[in-house]
Amino acid sequence: MRPMSMLTRRLLYWISMAAGLVLAIVPLPGWLDPFRPDLALLAMIYFVLTSPRIAGLGYAWLSGLFLDVLRGMVLGQHALGFLVVGYLTHKLQLRMRMFPLVQQAVIVMLLLGLYHFLMFWIDGLTGHGFTGWVRWLPVLSGALLWPLVVALGDSLTRRSS
Amino acid sequence: MVELSHDSRPIIGRGPPLTAYFLALAAISVGLMVADQRYHQIDRIRESLSRVIYPVQRAVDFPFRATDWVTGSFADRSRLRQENLALTARLRLANLQLQRFAVLEEENRRLREMRANTAGIAEKVLVASILNVDLDPFRHRVLLDKGAADGVFKDQAVLDGDGIFGQVSKVNASTAEVILISDAEHAIPVQSNRSGVRTIAVGTGDQHKLSLPFVTVESDLQAGDLLLSTGMGGVFPPGYPVAQVSKVKRAGSMFALVEARPTARLDQAREVLLVWFKPRAEPAAAAATAQPAPSSTPVDGPATAAPPAQAGGE
Repeated sequence: MRPMSMLTRRLLYWISMAAGLVLAIVPLPGWLDPFRPDLALLAMIYFVLTSPRIAGLGYAWLSGLFLDVLRGMVLGQHALGFLVVGYLTHKLQLRMRMFPLVQQAVIVMLLLGLYHFLMFWIDGLTGHGFTGWVRWLPVLSGALLWPLVVALGDSLTRRSS
Repeated sequence: MVELSHDSRPIIGRGPPLTAYFLALAAISVGLMVADQRYHQIDRIRESLSRVIYPVQRAVDFPFRATDWVTGSFADRSRLRQENLALTARLRLANLQLQRFAVLEEENRRLREMRANTAGIAEKVLVASILNVDLDPFRHRVLLDKGAADGVFKDQAVLDGDGIFGQVSKVNASTAEVILISDAEHAIPVQSNRSGVRTIAVGTGDQHKLSLPFVTVESDLQAGDLLLSTGMGGVFPPGYPVAQVSKVKRAGSMFALVEARPTARLDQAREVLLVWFKPRAEPAAAAATAQPAPSSTPVDGPATAAPPAQAGGE
């Protein structure tokens, strides 16, 4: 199997980031809205795991910054969240790549939980605190979606090679 | 046992250690948040970022817009009819209100024109200091410290910060003599800012008083009207304040007794402005100020004749 060229990979990352951002602001029906998974974050985790040499912390940070602008949040909030998750993924990637998918999903759930705790915390500091349990639903939906993300990512990287 | 590094970036050109990189970016994030939340300093950053983000937002927006368009195209007839009726009713109401606005808009346009005239008519301005006031109390003349060497010419308009000051009556090499508008030998064509009535303001020898001898009893002039220069005769730039009507007395059968107070501080100014400008085409000025007939007939004759008269009086 010939490896993808660096450029194609980079392009793929930015495209999937854009897609993740689109899905982050696309309107959903009311009952589905609380479940909206952080697809941009999941994509970022996936790329950091599979090709840490290309998808670095800058990529993670920028994704978060764009999400801030899109959502009109305090500038830097999601950027910090993405950065923390990206850094931890970098630290854990050698182990995580060995894990079976279910175990991976559990780790991802922990990462998502940390991310949402950070968001919750910053929201509280900036005065937009929403304390309902509903805000933790994306942790669950994200973890459940993780196998799908891996499958999609794997098929994308293989097909284009 | 070999300890594997978790930093799997390329060894060459790897950049700063991962943790340092992380800490730097985290610090930037925190800084951004504080700046955004506390000081609102980074609207420009947000603005430029949102320009990058704009296509994403349009992309998200597009399908919904398309759906709207499709549903709108296939909407049924009765609903369209109802909508149409409602909109027609609203349009009728809006048109009614619009009629009032048309008058206001026209008025606004006129006012803006006037203001533009006042603001930017002078093409070149030279500041001159008043050297000494003429000692003769019945002749209002001052001497400026600028003369032919500075390009000053005879009959050049002189202004101060508050309005028309006078005109150059004599040019020397490095000084120039100016006749004030309050001099008894001076006359200036003016126009009421409020009603558009045109007439001539003649100096009285009193620095706080101008006389308007050619105003008929029927003329629409009131105390408080601002008199602007018309630009007729080509001496003064049009649209500059000259005087404010202070007294109107309609006693006689033909002419009213009207007095005005110069807006320029004739007795206090230490510095004045010498103005170079291009005279406006007179027909345009006349057409723009079409006003009640009775007042315009006696005024027009003297108005055009005035500047030569005052020049000759020197």
